[in-house]
Amino acid sequence: MTDAARTSDAIRFENLTLGYDRHPAVHHLDGALASGSLTAVVGPNGAGKSTLLKGIVGALPPLSGHIRLSLGTPRGAKARIAYLPQAADIDRSFPITVYDLVCVGLWSRAGLFGGIGRKDRVRIEEALAAVGLTGFEKRTIGTLSGGQMQRALFARLLLQDADIILLDEPFTAIDARTTADLLALVRRWHDEGRTVVAVLHDMEMVRQAFPRTLLLAREPVAWGETDEVLTAENLLRARHLVEAFDTHAPICARDAA
Amino acid sequence: MLYDLLIDPFVEFDFMRRALVGAAALALSGGPVGVFLMLRRMSLTGDAMAHAILPGAAVGFLLYGLSLPAMTIGGLAAGFAVALAAGLVARTTALKEDAALAAFYLISLALGVTLVSLRGSNVDLLHVLFGTVLALDDATLLLVAGIATVTLAALAVLYRPLVLECVDPGFLRSVSRAGAVAHLAFLALVVINLVGGFHALGTLLAVGMMMLPAASARFWSGDITVMIGVSTLVGMLSGAAGLILSYHTGLPAGPSIILVAGGAYIASLFVGPVDGLLWRLVPGRHLEA
Repeated sequence: MTDAARTSDAIRFENLTLGYDRHPAVHHLDGALASGSLTAVVGPNGAGKSTLLKGIVGALPPLSGHIRLSLGTPRGAKARIAYLPQAADIDRSFPITVYDLVCVGLWSRAGLFGGIGRKDRVRIEEALAAVGLTGFEKRTIGTLSGGQMQRALFARLLLQDADIILLDEPFTAIDARTTADLLALVRRWHDEGRTVVAVLHDMEMVRQAFPRTLLLAREPVAWGETDEVLTAENLLRARHLVEAFDTHAPICARDAA
Repeated sequence: MLYDLLIDPFVEFDFMRRALVGAAALALSGGPVGVFLMLRRMSLTGDAMAHAILPGAAVGFLLYGLSLPAMTIGGLAAGFAVALAAGLVARTTALKEDAALAAFYLISLALGVTLVSLRGSNVDLLHVLFGTVLALDDATLLLVAGIATVTLAALAVLYRPLVLECVDPGFLRSVSRAGAVAHLAFLALVVINLVGGFHALGTLLAVGMMMLPAASARFWSGDITVMIGVSTLVGMLSGAAGLILSYHTGLPAGPSIILVAGGAYIASLFVGPVDGLLWRLVPGRHLEA
């Protein structure tokens, strides 16, 4: 890879191993996600897809190796990351309105004490309109359906205005129409030049909407243009690679070698 | 008649006025703290920490008798120690925080009762366990009022991360490090409020002034701000009504206050407009959309 190409990387993985209790879930990952790229992460259950996203957000420190962020974001400083976890641990019984839940997306601007001004209100209204939740402002989150909740969370992502957006199975248990609406937002982010990474299981959707794909099965099986990655042969290999969790696995010797 | 019943006790006796001011100050800070404890599903944590304060206060009592600073400092130290130790055990071992707290508070309670019995009489023990709301001196009142002031100011500062930490801790972690700080600061507020409450209501009942009004408020509104208001109001009214009840009937004052708050809770449980039990009996016909 040339130096010019390297400076436009949004996220670089350097011999990255992530895991739990010393057992790797992502093993020796090397490579980079180009700035402004739209990448799907696919693979069987237990392949380390969610773990990889957790590592990128910084919620899980690497067992070894490094994750380097935004070597060349246009805004210079540290890239802002927005992360939508697989099952967001949101307390749905908490008495908070949709409006308030969405407006915390402005955290990076308003922070702990900053006010929400008139301009911000306009942005919040726009975000709610973009996900089709106009009129839901005063509803408490406990009254939302699963799809509406996901729409609200996407509205919050919109407001976060992040350079890097990580989505962990954003369309699981979501109906076709909501999926289409939210997928349109993902495309919009891509068009705006943001780096988007989404963990997905629907191969059809990946083929249609995601230019690049990382096929992960604890180790990277294939990574590149979606059409070249999602071959029957690669998918079969990925299925075989995810072995059972071995409690007595020996220490990995690859680094020493 | 009504004047004799409700106002006269406070006009007549200085100790009743002091008790009223003390109870009002406790309700002022206990109300919002209780609401957050409840929304964070930490209601039992508050209870456990109240018990944990006992051995600290007891050590102060052993060394200096019934001295306000000694017992306050002892209680604070014990409260913080248990809160931190339980958090540490929960974070570094397989034991969850509730189990860790239960273990620590049981040890604390047994230790505290033993320590008080070593030197004091049963009267002293009752004093520590159930408080002396009718014998609040200037220093204690200042302490309780000061704690209320600090608590309200701190809650105003912590409000945003505290709410967000309840709703969506994962999101807060991804945008800010304020979550852990807010959590620790909130635990500290719980401890100082329990120490304040302990002088008036004793270690066992201090938490009552937080949890009962907060649990009542849950049945009156679905909005946090209103809930905090209702909770504070219920606390204050319970304080006044409990004192009047104790004055006229000769019941012990601290338990009276908590009993009245308990009555308010049970009443709210039935008639509260948000999910009150009685409303289930008349469900009303379903709507069009």
